[in-house]
Amino acid sequence: MEEKENLITVNIDGQDLQVPPGMNMVEAAAILGKEIPHYCYHPKLTIAGNCRMCLVELGMPGRDRATGEPMVNKDGTPKIMWMPGPAIGCGTKAAPGLHIKTDSPKALESREAVTEFLLINHPLDCPICDQAGECTLQEFSSSHGRGYSRFIEQKNVKPKRTRLGPRVTLDDERCVLCSRCIRFCDEVAGDSVLGFTDRGSYSTLTCFPGKELANNYSLNTVDICPVGALTSTDFRFKMRVWFLKETNSIDFETSVGVNTVVSAREGTIYRVKPRRNDQVNDTWMPDSGRELYKQVESDDRLIQCTIDSLATSAVDAIAKASECLQGGGVAIVGSGQCSVEEQFALKAISDGIGAKGVYLVARYGKDDGILMSVDRNPNVRGALMAGLVNDLPDEQLGELGAKIDSGEVTTVFSVKEDLIAGGLTEDQVGKVKIIYLGTHENTTSSLADVLIAGLTQFEKSGTVINQQFRLQKFSRVVPGPGGAIEDLYALATIQANLSGESFPSTVGSLWKQIGTEGSVFEGISFQSLSDQGELLDGSAFEHFSFREGKSLHFEPKKEALAIE
Amino acid sequence: MPIVIKRRPLNFLEKLYLPEIARGLSTTFKKIWEKPVTLEYPEQRPTIPEGYRGVPTLVKDPEGREKCVSCQLCEFVCPPKAIRIKPGEIPENSEYAHVEKGPQEFEIDMLRCIYCGMCQEVCPEEAIWLQNQFSLSGYSREELVNNKEDLYELGGTLPDEHFKWRKKKEAAEHGSGH
Repeated sequence: MEEKENLITVNIDGQDLQVPPGMNMVEAAAILGKEIPHYCYHPKLTIAGNCRMCLVELGMPGRDRATGEPMVNKDGTPKIMWMPGPAIGCGTKAAPGLHIKTDSPKALESREAVTEFLLINHPLDCPICDQAGECTLQEFSSSHGRGYSRFIEQKNVKPKRTRLGPRVTLDDERCVLCSRCIRFCDEVAGDSVLGFTDRGSYSTLTCFPGKELANNYSLNTVDICPVGALTSTDFRFKMRVWFLKETNSIDFETSVGVNTVVSAREGTIYRVKPRRNDQVNDTWMPDSGRELYKQVESDDRLIQCTIDSLATSAVDAIAKASECLQGGGVAIVGSGQCSVEEQFALKAISDGIGAKGVYLVARYGKDDGILMSVDRNPNVRGALMAGLVNDLPDEQLGELGAKIDSGEVTTVFSVKEDLIAGGLTEDQVGKVKIIYLGTHENTTSSLADVLIAGLTQFEKSGTVINQQFRLQKFSRVVPGPGGAIEDLYALATIQANLSGESFPSTVGSLWKQIGTEGSVFEGISFQSLSDQGELLDGSAFEHFSFREGKSLHFEPKKEALAIE
Repeated sequence: MPIVIKRRPLNFLEKLYLPEIARGLSTTFKKIWEKPVTLEYPEQRPTIPEGYRGVPTLVKDPEGREKCVSCQLCEFVCPPKAIRIKPGEIPENSEYAHVEKGPQEFEIDMLRCIYCGMCQEVCPEEAIWLQNQFSLSGYSREELVNNKEDLYELGGTLPDEHFKWRKKKEAAEHGSGH
């Protein structure tokens, strides 16, 4: 928000409102809780003003032409000169003394006319349209529509199943030509592939010749499409949106920590969509993060705890793991995929048994400068702040390999990390006793002496710390499979077995311990943590050379850049 | 306060008792010669009035196209949650590809169904109808869950007055002057 002195007064439906200069009227009316219907306007895109749905009446205080003096009514109030025609709300910027009417008969009549025009060629196939239930055209047709059609001519027919790219399917008949998708590709994704061809009611959204909508942000066009024209090929015809229960989550793909909302019905996840957070991801998310839900029901999912490859209960597996960890010569391989709470519990275990080493496996990928950062672990900073590790992790577990070879380490407790993929040889892994807590099959899980089947991010709650040192929480979307056990519960029980004292085993109760005085987490509790997250003081880690480059709302520290 | 119903006292003839017996028996003997009002169910079946709400069924249109487009409104509106639908896409090589969407699986659990008829009322495609069948039984719970094949067998064909999808296909084939 701007400084208080810079605010100017506008008048919306007779109510005075203080807004920063230049704010558009759709946003200003929203402050007063008034909705100006719109299709083409999107808060994070430039203003196109082509849907004409947000028509309002507009007036300014009049001035006498001859003298230039402000005109006044008989009672001394400024005389408002109303424009003869309506103007679009999204293209009208706040100016001192600006008056608008959002619900006057003229404004409503204008919007009804626009709605009637939009519906002329609309196929009205709501029963088969995936957008039904979250469609603004549907909503505004019921609030501003006529209820019957005066159009007796034949409707335009356009292609219904156009493949725009590997993940996006276009139904041209439903398009209202708002151009949000075109602007998104130009302005945010930086990949101009969409445009309109033909004129008038024959206008059609198409890809440029020889191009396709294949960038890693293509599904955002589906999210911002106000109607059902752009549909996700993955979600197409899978489930009606009114059945879906939505839960706030975080994209675990990279250290950006994109805020998401996950839609599920009866224990099955159907889609992942971005959630607005103006400090992290605006309203966007990468396509790759939307696929992550498929891990929940993948074929290689671990759904049974085992000891020496024999199925057992989680309770027995945890007891056996605790026994193995008491033997000494233990090294711990933690993970940047774990939540802060799990890393905290793991830290307690490693302190308790005097671990010979605590390692993390770094994952680095290509930076796209938008919402995919170099660091592909969502919570390396969490491990640093929980005190699990003291330095940035390496991509290889070379040091651990050397310790195994020298015989210093005889037991490895790995949480979510495949040791072979982490750079150990099968020979080295064969030499030591392996305790593995994970969700999916890999070489380590097949070699593990004790295997504890854990939960994916969608089946548990917790927090992660992103590249800005923003603590963000994610919540349980669906219950986990029967044979698996919550990671935090497993770690807390192991710690309780080892120490002989109780250890909080739920996220809420553990936060009472994490958020104690003196720590960087002071005053924070899981319950009170807002959905927008909370920025933590990361100054203690400023000297580390984090590899993340610039992204949407993130500027890397200058020192870190200098080191690179 | 209990409600007290005042009864008319018996008059003299009624008090005599015998005339009343004769009156009762005369009614009995009159009815013996009349057409019976009861039916010998199940050999005899009643005529089902129009608008009767029997077992819900799925119907096809006269072309043989399944009318349901799996919009799942019936599943949503069903008060006892008896309906389960798995929507699917109609493949592009199908004759009815222009409809795009149809049910892959459609189940109505008749142990849950309360015959309220809301599914029929809400259906935008006139695909689900509560028809004449009122009596059904089975040896197991599974038997009483009607799947898609059962529902179409029960439903049969119903006239379609709109042919909205055929008109749409024709419009697409003939173009719109562009």
